[in-house]
Amino acid sequence: MHPAPSIIAFTTLSGLGFGLLFWLGLDATPPTGWTAFFFFLIGYVLAIGGLMSSTFHLGRPERAIKAFTQWRTSWLSREAWCAVIALVSLGLYALGLVFFSAHWAVLGWLGAVFCLATVFTTSMIYAQLKTVPRWNHWSTSAMFVAWSVAGGALLSGRVTVALVLIVVAGGLQLWWWQEGDKRLADSGTTLATATGLGTIGTVRAFEPPHTGSNYLTREMVFVVGRRHGRKLRMIAIVLAMLMPVLLLLAPFAHWLAAIAVISHVAGVAVARWLFFAEAEHVVGLYYGAREA
Amino acid sequence: MTTLPDSTTRKLGLVIDLDTCVGCHACVISCKGWNTENYGAPLSDQNPYGSDPTGTFLNRIHSYEVQPDTGPAQLIHFPKSCLHCEDAPCVTVCPTGASYKRTEDGIVLVNETDCIGCGLCAWACPYGARELDAAEGVMKKCTLCVDRIYNENLPEEDREPACVRTCPSGARHFGDFADPDSHVSKLSTARGGMDLMPEQGTKPVNKYLPPRPKDSWQGETDVLAPWLAPIDPEPQGGFLGWLDRALGKLPGDSAGKEG
Ligand code: SF4
Ligand code: SF4
Ligand code: SF4
Repeated sequence: MHPAPSIIAFTTLSGLGFGLLFWLGLDATPPTGWTAFFFFLIGYVLAIGGLMSSTFHLGRPERAIKAFTQWRTSWLSREAWCAVIALVSLGLYALGLVFFSAHWAVLGWLGAVFCLATVFTTSMIYAQLKTVPRWNHWSTSAMFVAWSVAGGALLSGRVTVALVLIVVAGGLQLWWWQEGDKRLADSGTTLATATGLGTIGTVRAFEPPHTGSNYLTREMVFVVGRRHGRKLRMIAIVLAMLMPVLLLLAPFAHWLAAIAVISHVAGVAVARWLFFAEAEHVVGLYYGAREA
Repeated sequence: MTTLPDSTTRKLGLVIDLDTCVGCHACVISCKGWNTENYGAPLSDQNPYGSDPTGTFLNRIHSYEVQPDTGPAQLIHFPKSCLHCEDAPCVTVCPTGASYKRTEDGIVLVNETDCIGCGLCAWACPYGARELDAAEGVMKKCTLCVDRIYNENLPEEDREPACVRTCPSGARHFGDFADPDSHVSKLSTARGGMDLMPEQGTKPVNKYLPPRPKDSWQGETDVLAPWLAPIDPEPQGGFLGWLDRALGKLPGDSAGKEG
């Protein structure tokens, strides 16, 4: 799949933002006043910034509001609802903390639940797609949620929790990569089933429908980066998991924590780039891609 | 509404005959010609006369080579347009309700005034049957020529999809699969009509007819064959025999043997 920068920014930043807001909503002794203001500001900038960047890849962004209508069947629509409910309830919750030093716990819990729901629904947009076997698995959702709460814990300064969650998320990521490499083969979809011609013999794509590219080949038959896939996996795991873990284990200093956060975000972004760049859409078979 | 109908009254679709398709791309052109000026936004081209032309098409023809265990390879032309799936994943993923499947005839359409161009439906389609138009920013797909098949302003013989009407080799057939006596149902039954990627669970309405087995020369001798044997055997004696040997000895001939 084409790794569109807008989508990578969206899933990385909003995942982190909703992760932070989740912890703020759950906090039994939340910050108040200016401290609360800055924590919530960071959470909202990340979450809303990510959501805004996702609208850049729409053909008709001016109609984005219509995406709220189909929550009965569409995960994208459900995501829109979860995000709004999370942001509105935590907005009110933050209002209480910042201006009235009031802790409206129930509102916080509601917001926290919907933060997780937002990240989960985002992940389901990808995990539901049978056409991309690498994504079509429950572990895709587990991985999205794990990175989100791990990043949120890191940003909100929960050192011990962050340590544990980052290791869990990193482990999930490594396992997801390894299993993901087998899923296209396991799906049973091949050029033979795509064309129905496998009963006659070995099928090979002979001529594409045209010499140039088209929307499908640009969007779904993306191949660049596979060769570097291994290296990038290493880079992602070092940046997102190993560096933050080492820095958190060191004696605490603000600048170390800042580096840990930056490294973590960069690592997750690389992993997200790979999430798209390595994902094989079955339509590629028709175009002669993915042939052994 | 992007909930799929439990069942549709009719199941309109195409039978595509892989045996007779000659790969001429006439249906590609007629499809683009009709659909660029009828239902919805035009099918735009980008840089059409430049070095890297690209554009929106609702129907494209691939070609595949199939190598059987024995015998020569076969070349099979493979037209592909929306299969109007019964369990269409492209419809249920749509966040806006722009994509829908019609209860009355099963046609899968996009309401372009609702489409936000998110592209998710194209991701959900295993067949590559949806393309986002780069000029209009909305999703385009085969409409089964919904604006022809019910169009009373057209002469009756034209009330079928443009691709079907155009195909010079009769490789595309249009009809109702819900009716077991329809032309397409009978054709599909008789010729072993198949689903593409059945494991994807989309239940396509369109059926593909596999190529018929190829002729072979094994054990096939024409009744006229005995009369096709050479009338005159190679000259041995007499003047022609001498000439043959003499010419064979001349330098320049490969070792005096007749090829
Ligand atoms: S062929 Fe693709 S676009 Fe057409 S109905 Fe099936 S899934 Fe949807
Ligand atoms: S591109 Fe349009 S039709 Fe397709 S899922 Fe998005 S809104 Fe629906
Ligand atoms: S039915 Fe109409 S829209 Fe669909 S492929 Fe044929 S000509 Fe194109």
